[in-house]
Amino acid sequence: MSYLQLKCIVNGDLVELDIEPSELLIDVLRDRLNLTGVKKGCKKGECGACTIIMNGDAVNSCLVPAARAQGAVIETIEGISKTGRLHPLQQCFIENGAIQCGYCTPGMIMSAKALLDKNPHPTKQEIREALAGNLCRCTGYVKIEKAVEQAAKIIFEITEGRGTSK
Amino acid sequence: MFQKYVFPRNVSAAVHLLNEHRGNARIMAGGTDLILDLQNGKYSTDCIVDITRIEELKQISEENGNIVIGAAVTHNQATKSFLVQQNAAALAQASAAVGSQQIRNISTIVGNVVSAQPAADSAVALFALDAQVRVVSADGLTVMPIENLYAGIGKSTIDSTLSLVTAVLIKKVEPGEGSAFVRLEQRKALTLPMLNTAVKISVKDQRIKEARIVMAPVGIGPVRATESEAFLKDKMPSEEVLQEAGRLAAENANPRDSLVRGSRNYRLAVLPVLVRRALEQAINNAEGGGF
Repeated sequence: MSYLQLKCIVNGDLVELDIEPSELLIDVLRDRLNLTGVKKGCKKGECGACTIIMNGDAVNSCLVPAARAQGAVIETIEGISKTGRLHPLQQCFIENGAIQCGYCTPGMIMSAKALLDKNPHPTKQEIREALAGNLCRCTGYVKIEKAVEQAAKIIFEITEGRGTSK
Repeated sequence: MFQKYVFPRNVSAAVHLLNEHRGNARIMAGGTDLILDLQNGKYSTDCIVDITRIEELKQISEENGNIVIGAAVTHNQATKSFLVQQNAAALAQASAAVGSQQIRNISTIVGNVVSAQPAADSAVALFALDAQVRVVSADGLTVMPIENLYAGIGKSTIDSTLSLVTAVLIKKVEPGEGSAFVRLEQRKALTLPMLNTAVKISVKDQRIKEARIVMAPVGIGPVRATESEAFLKDKMPSEEVLQEAGRLAAENANPRDSLVRGSRNYRLAVLPVLVRRALEQAINNAEGGGF
């Protein structure tokens, strides 16, 4: 077995650690870096609970070999509210009742963030497409869709310096 | 699972690695199928040769009247590509139908073909588009039609411990040509196709010069609707003609009863409608000058 020296940026911090060649990114994030907001659901890329953002794109971390994170910039749910204030997506999920049991929520929010980072004014259809790879057994999705729409508005107001920028 | 994970810098380095390991190294592109296959024990290997950092394989380019899609090009990359949308509408549509956003950000078109699942969406589109593939091994480069890649259900003629597909080639669209992809599915995401069909058509003076109609999963690998293709030659594409083309297409189809994909009878009843819709869309695409 030859260990690999993994070097990447996780939630803004440089991370260096030795990994086994066959380790998956989800296991490195959860078990080595204690980022347990990355949920392990189906383990085959179908439920979306393990969704993270890698180099700007939403991916299922259960299908990504950890070695492929070499040199990558990774965001998980733990990294989006570093200032101690909730991210607008988190706030809107709470306000709209888009969370029930909460298991799918980190993955949902990361898929939504990947969308809004690239497309600040998504249509309903675009929101649905972006979240189609995230299963929720509780909410019925309508509230999640509303939460993302509302978050998009708030993020736009903040970044444009209009409205109640906090 | 495996003891080594390497990123070759170029194609010859990848082939060299395969040779060095004599069957104990395996090519991986996106890996969304392969990671699961390795976990399930369908394959085992000592060394993963990850080709996603080979610059030339990440490109979609134009070359001698073809568009060339490298083996590391993801489904999302293809869906958003102007070149693909313009020259291969069926492939853009099929790529958008694969898995979910998270899958399409990683999974590759070439991987979809090499996995050789009978109804792989992008492979069905590539069959209709008469695509060629470039295969590189220690013996050098060969170019072959995509049809040659299917050895059976889930079996490719490509042995990923010896060789790799470096790119697929699709002829650039000519005036009067168009293509389309249509899918029947239980949900709008993350679901296997119950049926899918792709069509490439060439229209001149309001008559169909040539049609390539491909259907799946109705046999081992994508299946050509040869009867229907022959019938359409030199016909005006009226509603009745397209309906008859759909009916004839079902004669080449042999779907199984499947708990996942639906019963044989149901799928045989729906297939003519899908083929007709794909033909209509492909004709529209042709009239729109390739868009």
